[in-house]
Amino acid sequence: MYDMKELYEAQSIQDAIRLRVEHPEAEILAGGTDVLVQMREGKRAGKELISIQTIDELRGVRFDAAGAIRIGSLTSFSHITRDPIIQQYINVLGEAVDTIGGPQIRNVGTIGGNTCNGVTSADSASTLHAWEAIVELAGPDGIRQLPIKEFYIKAGVVDIRPGEIQTALIIPRESYENTHGFYIKYAMRNAMDLATLGCSVNASLAADKKSFARVRIAYGVAGPVPMRTPSAEAAANGQPVTQATLEAFSRAVLNDINPRDSWRAAKDFRQHIAVEMAKRCLNEAVKRCGGEVL
Amino acid sequence: MINQYRLVECNLNGKDVSCMVDARASLTDMLRNDYRMTSVKKGCEVGECGACNVLIDGECYNSCLYLAVWAKGKRIRTLEGLLGPGGELSDIQQAFIDETGVQCGFCTPGFIMTALEVLETGQEYDDDELRKRLSGHLCRCTGYENVLRAVKRTMYKRLGKALPPEFERAGEPLQAKQQGETCAQNGCR
Repeated sequence: MYDMKELYEAQSIQDAIRLRVEHPEAEILAGGTDVLVQMREGKRAGKELISIQTIDELRGVRFDAAGAIRIGSLTSFSHITRDPIIQQYINVLGEAVDTIGGPQIRNVGTIGGNTCNGVTSADSASTLHAWEAIVELAGPDGIRQLPIKEFYIKAGVVDIRPGEIQTALIIPRESYENTHGFYIKYAMRNAMDLATLGCSVNASLAADKKSFARVRIAYGVAGPVPMRTPSAEAAANGQPVTQATLEAFSRAVLNDINPRDSWRAAKDFRQHIAVEMAKRCLNEAVKRCGGEVL
Repeated sequence: MINQYRLVECNLNGKDVSCMVDARASLTDMLRNDYRMTSVKKGCEVGECGACNVLIDGECYNSCLYLAVWAKGKRIRTLEGLLGPGGELSDIQQAFIDETGVQCGFCTPGFIMTALEVLETGQEYDDDELRKRLSGHLCRCTGYENVLRAVKRTMYKRLGKALPPEFERAGEPLQAKQQGETCAQNGCR
């Protein structure tokens, strides 16, 4: 038995919003892999929960009218990995979420939960930052969309207002077109572990594939929230696809990231692997774009 | 609680069932307490060990992290559903015995349900992929190699393919061992 004060079962998005307004103290329960575990551990014991688990309209990946890829917040990690749209256009996101926990956790854990708990080590978050995802929230006053960068406020805190639930993560067309990415999760073991550092890079090349049209990079665990590294991006954008650019790009990440010492790893170790991961990710992203680093 | 007990109708191992369930119960609680599905083991209860693993609509879930009320309308399968009408073991259960993938047996039902999800995709996987797909389980006694071999053996059998050479060496002495020796004779406790 879970030590919950009350369980409200939302049947639809509107129902969930109504329950949120009526019970402002209640927490949202999606896949349960964080909330239920913490309830079991006593951290969230005695809370009221609003279960949104059975709202199937929040599941699935599809294109919206503008050609953006819309990922329902309740889509499980394994469904994202297997989704044909994800595989074709933003494969790196499927690969990133395939490093989370173990197979059963990936079957139940949701991308919405992964972003809403505001944890910097979330394996989806760095890739969503790197692809400039839009977070969609539904509340009593209607739909609100905001860039994922603004969604994250500080460690464990995201911009979900009273009465709101997150409904989708949207990758705009201009963000994914002709763009390929690569994600590296550095962890102590291959399953059931959180990232020591996560690095997600994507790139699009100029028509002749000799220079970078656009490079974006984001980290998890390099600071209290997932973050982009503008210095590194500036060092690569418009530059030739060469080893020298990769070197400059990866060194520049140190200007922006601010990892901490923790029991998982020391700050200087995280800085060290951050540089190497940036280089390797960009190298792989170039290959996926059909280019070659000279 | 305002409404502590809720009606949960679902399909359990091919049979439509329903009962009133405490809203605070996990699916493990419901399966063990209300339906006596004791293959569903209570291990870590935080989704790490995999001993409570069941199939819900064909996918593996840690039933400890799944609320019983969510099971409404779902098709749930536990290890008990694998047995034949006379209690016969299924191919994957027999393979766990043949490959000595079972010792104390606590982790085995969960492992076998994960194996079933893998086998029912009808695809062939290499060792790395199989290890990844079996990675949501902890076993303290058998060692994972025997479990991997049991899943591999069944995978090849179901796909109608010949077993790779590494199975031939182990196959013969293993059968002799089953007939001739018991655990007590080996001095294992």
